[in-house]
Formats: sequence, structure tokens, C-alpha cells
Amino acid sequence: MTDDAMTTAESVPSSTDEPHNPIAGTLDDLAREPGVSKPDPILIASGVKRSFGGLVAVDVDRVEVQRGAITALIGPNGAGKTTFFNLLTGFDSPDTGHVELNGRSIDGVPSHKLAAQGMVRTFQLTKALSKMTVLQNMMLGAKNQVGENLLRALISPLWRKQEATIEAEARSLLERFKLSHMTDEFAGTLSGGQRKLVEMARALMTDPELVMLDEPMAGVNPALTQSLLGHVKQLRADGRTVIFVEHDMDVVQDISDWVVVMAEGRIIAEGPPASIAENQQVVDAYLGTHHDGELDFGDLGSSTDDESEAQ
Amino acid sequence: MLAFNWDIVFTQFFSQGFGTQAVVFALAAIGLNIHFGYTGLLNFGQVGFMAAGAYGVGMAVFWLNISFWLGLLLGVGYCLALALILGLPTLRLRADYLGITTIAASESIRLFVRWRGNRERTGAAEGINDFADAFYDPNVFNRIGSRPYRFLFFEYRADDLWVMLIGWGVVGLCLLATWQLMRSPWGRVLKAIREDEDAARALGKNAYSYKLQALAIGGVIGGFAGMLQAIDKQSVQPDTFNPVITFMIWTVLIVGGPARIWSPVFGAIIFWAVISGMEAFMRELLGTGLDDTLEKFLNLSVQNVSQVKFMVFGLALMLLMRYRPQGIFGSREEMALDDR
Repeated sequence: MTDDAMTTAESVPSSTDEPHNPIAGTLDDLAREPGVSKPDPILIASGVKRSFGGLVAVDVDRVEVQRGAITALIGPNGAGKTTFFNLLTGFDSPDTGHVELNGRSIDGVPSHKLAAQGMVRTFQLTKALSKMTVLQNMMLGAKNQVGENLLRALISPLWRKQEATIEAEARSLLERFKLSHMTDEFAGTLSGGQRKLVEMARALMTDPELVMLDEPMAGVNPALTQSLLGHVKQLRADGRTVIFVEHDMDVVQDISDWVVVMAEGRIIAEGPPASIAENQQVVDAYLGTHHDGELDFGDLGSSTDDESEAQ
Repeated sequence: MLAFNWDIVFTQFFSQGFGTQAVVFALAAIGLNIHFGYTGLLNFGQVGFMAAGAYGVGMAVFWLNISFWLGLLLGVGYCLALALILGLPTLRLRADYLGITTIAASESIRLFVRWRGNRERTGAAEGINDFADAFYDPNVFNRIGSRPYRFLFFEYRADDLWVMLIGWGVVGLCLLATWQLMRSPWGRVLKAIREDEDAARALGKNAYSYKLQALAIGGVIGGFAGMLQAIDKQSVQPDTFNPVITFMIWTVLIVGGPARIWSPVFGAIIFWAVISGMEAFMRELLGTGLDDTLEKFLNLSVQNVSQVKFMVFGLALMLLMRYRPQGIFGSREEMALDDR
């Protein structure tokens, strides 16, 4: 990592510094098995099952997500990662099973109410709101807006002050994501990578405890990937919890504290990133049961490499 | 050979462009603009809301024997009820379901009110007549005289002027309310839902509730259009509320360009000015002794002028879609974002 090379022991904090990892080491002593209990779980899913006709897309016995950590959800295509994500975020409801957020059941809670409880998600196919400016995209994200009520919307003085506060907050977040120059552009004119940044920044406008990112690096060029990774680490440094779906194993190695592996709807392995590559079940899931030997992360395919070749 | 009278053509063009029909269509299109332009709701039954408003007023006087002014409230109530009936079951589904439901509902309303069993309440096929005298009592233009007023190319009866004064006033208030709502955080949520409903939901916005609110507000404004139509004609007839009206309202909105404040107003003015001016032009042309030639080569005759004017307008609309798809006020830059 170029970031590491530039960081020296006594350097003053700057943007190139690796963000601090407040929970480093806390997960080291846990058993490396599916469903293992975490010291301080923010999200617990148990018995979550979802089938489409005869196909069981998700069948998760138990998974706990450590508060303040970056947890990666990986697995081959069709493993049920995105479906599981939708079940956790209220965009789909499980046939059976329970999900708890901060110890409270969120079964049947509609997706729009989860933002109020501190959970926010992004999408695999980026949902930048094309015909709104970047600033409008950002300001939409803020919670508890007085002017979002129909009757109060008619009376500007009721919301003008709050609007100014939200705008200032949005501008400072855009500054942090280095998007200030795009503030007044339509979001539809941004590049794919910039849209990913806007979507992440917009999610932060809800001041979430738990950020759920569905393939945040997909289709992003390598240079921007580094920047996105930095932002994800910064979320952890700010004390937020991150769960992300990813294909790119290099990314997973670099930033995650804990990795959950799914295959055919089930969770087949859990552990710190370094332990995952040695796990025989993971090797089997990715490469088929007849493959011998340890898994080289290169084998798992890096979307970053694919992207750069394509460009 | 008889002389071609340009005065009649221009009088039709300008008078109808700002006349009572233009007001009615401007109002209906303001409602549709809230539905489609700002929220992305496909409402193919705006005429149903017009009928709800018109019958609210008519039935209040005819059936319930209450005052005309309370009838206005009943009309608003009908529109809100219709919005709930249409929206509650369909707005959780994909956008096209609302489109199908609205077109069916507007036809159902028309057939229901014209059903003989409803003769006591809606007047069935004969409709309700002469119920709006209360509206014309305070008409300030009556005191001046009974001849039509003429100024340049504008020519109106006293009753028309009164309807236009109130009507354009209501248009102004509706535009003001739309403008205020769309610059508020509430309007920002609507536009976000139009762009991507799931993104809005992920950010904690109750898309379903917002869509229902937008449907109700746009529907009530459509109801105002129906009330004004009924008042203008002093009559509510089931067959004036046929689906063609809905598509004329869409035309008005598309000519102006969706999601622009002034589009419905200018769209309506242009639509009625061109349609009426064109009809007068063709009738004048037929009156100059060219009628045999026109009928022989273009099949144009006095009998089909009123159809031909819509055909010509349809052609103009196709050309507009080809060369200026964003409408008159829309921005090409924004339109291009759809393709990305």
C-alpha cells in the first residue's frame, strides 16, 4: 500500500495517514467458525431463510456483526450475498428468522424506518439521483427535516434555518470526499466512481451507526479504489460499523477486521481475513471440491485488475 | 371569390388561447405535472379527478340540495377519496400499475355516473344543468352591459370573463403553491422518489406516503379544473369526461415540458390558441371558394375540419418529440441524463 509507505511513526496527522483502527485486535481470540458470538454485536441475524420458488437463496443459521468493526461479506456469484443484504435492510422480508439491531428486533420494520434507527445502505448498482445536483443528493440524506412535512413545507421560515445547517454539513462532507468542485453538477453527469463516492457521502448525511455497502468498489478504477478504501477506514475510525459485500479479495484483505463467507445461501466460514484463505471450505466454494492446495488470492479474481485491463 | 377574413382567425387564436378552456386545461396539467413531472407517477386518468370535482359541485346542488359553495368542498372530498382508492393499493407496486388503474378508474367513473340507476344523484346521461347560478351572482362584468367585450383580438362574454378571472386566479395560487412545495425539502423528496424510489427509502424517506400525498394534491388541482369546466358550461355531462381529455392534458404538459413550473400554463395557452386558430383558418380557407379543390386533393371539408385540426396538431407533437423532446421549457441537458 502506498499509504503505508508514506506513513512514518512521528508524522503529523494528514490526509495520507492510515485512519486509526479503534477495535484492532479485539476479534483475534474468537473461534473461526460460522455463527461465533462477538464481544459486542450491533447486528444479529438468526435462522434467516428466504426462498424464491424452489430455490433457497438464503439460509443463515446465525451471524453476529461486531460493533465498530469492518466486516466483509464475500462469496462466489449467486451465493446470496445481496439477497441477505436486502433481508437485513428491510428491502425484502425473510420467510422465517429474526434480525436484531442494537438488541431490538427489526423484523418487519420497513426499510425507510431503519435509517432512523441508525442503519443506512448503498446499492450494488449505484443510485445517484441523476436529475438532482450533487448538493441536493447530499441534502436529501439528512434526517428529521422539518420541511419534509407537507404543511410545514409551505412555510419557509419553519425550515430555512435547518436547511442552511444541512447545506453546511453537506458541503463539508463533499469537501472531505473531494467532490466540492462537483457540488452544483447534476449527479447524472458524474463518472461511475464519483457516483459511488456521492452515494457513500450521502449515506453519511444520515449520521449512521451501521453502514451497509453493497459492492462499494465495483466498477471503480484503481486510483479511486484507494480513495474509497480510505473513506471506509475513516468510517471505522469515526466509530461507525461497516458491513460490505465485495468480490475483490485484495480489498477484503486490506480493510476488513472480520470476513464472513457465504456460498449457496449459507455461511460457510468466518474469521479474520488472513485465516480465510487457508479455509478448505472456502477454497472448495470458490474453486470447486476437486481443487487441491491453498487458495491464492490471485485465483479469486480481482475486479480491480479486470477493470484496468478493460480500460 | 370571397375574402379571407384574418380577423376571425386571429380573434379565435387569441381569445381561445386565454379563454375558459385554456384555464381548465392549465389547471388539470398543473395537477398532472405534480404527478408525473415531479413525482414520476404515471396518471392516465386525470379526467377522473376532473369528473370527481365537477360531480362534487353538481351533486351537492342537484342531489343533496346544499349550497353551491359547499359543493366545492364536496368536490375536493371526492378527489381525495379517489386519490386514496387509486393510490393505496397501487403505489406500493411498480409505476405502470398506477397507470393501468387510473385509466380504468376514470372510465369506470364516467360509466358509473351515467348509469340510469344514478339518475336521482347524478342525472345519469342527461347530467346536471344550471346549478352554478351562485357563482355568477357576484359577476362584476355583468353590470357593464350584455354585449361581448372586445379588446384587440380578444373577445369574451361577461360570464367568460368572470370564469377567466377566477380561473386564472386559481391557476396563480396553484402555481405559487407548487413552486413553494418544490423548492422545499418536501419537494426534494418527491424528486428523489422520481429518480429512484429505493434510494429514497434507504435514506429513511417513506416513499409510499409521499407518493400518496402527491397523488392527492395533483388530484385535487385536477378537481379544480373539473369544477371550473362545470361552472363554465353550467352543466356536468358524463361524456365530457372521456379519456381523450386525459391525453389532451398530457399533450399540454409535454408541449410545455414536464417538471417546469410554467409548462402547464404555456402548454395550455399554446394548445388552445393553435387548435382554435387552425380551425378558424381552415374554415376561412374553405369559405373562399377553394372548398372543391381542398376536398378533391386533401379531403378537407367543413364536416371534418374539427378532426383535421387534431391530426395536424398530432403531427406537430411528433415533430416536437423528434426535435425538442424536452418540451418548450425543459432542458436538453437534463433530458440527456435519462440515457446514461
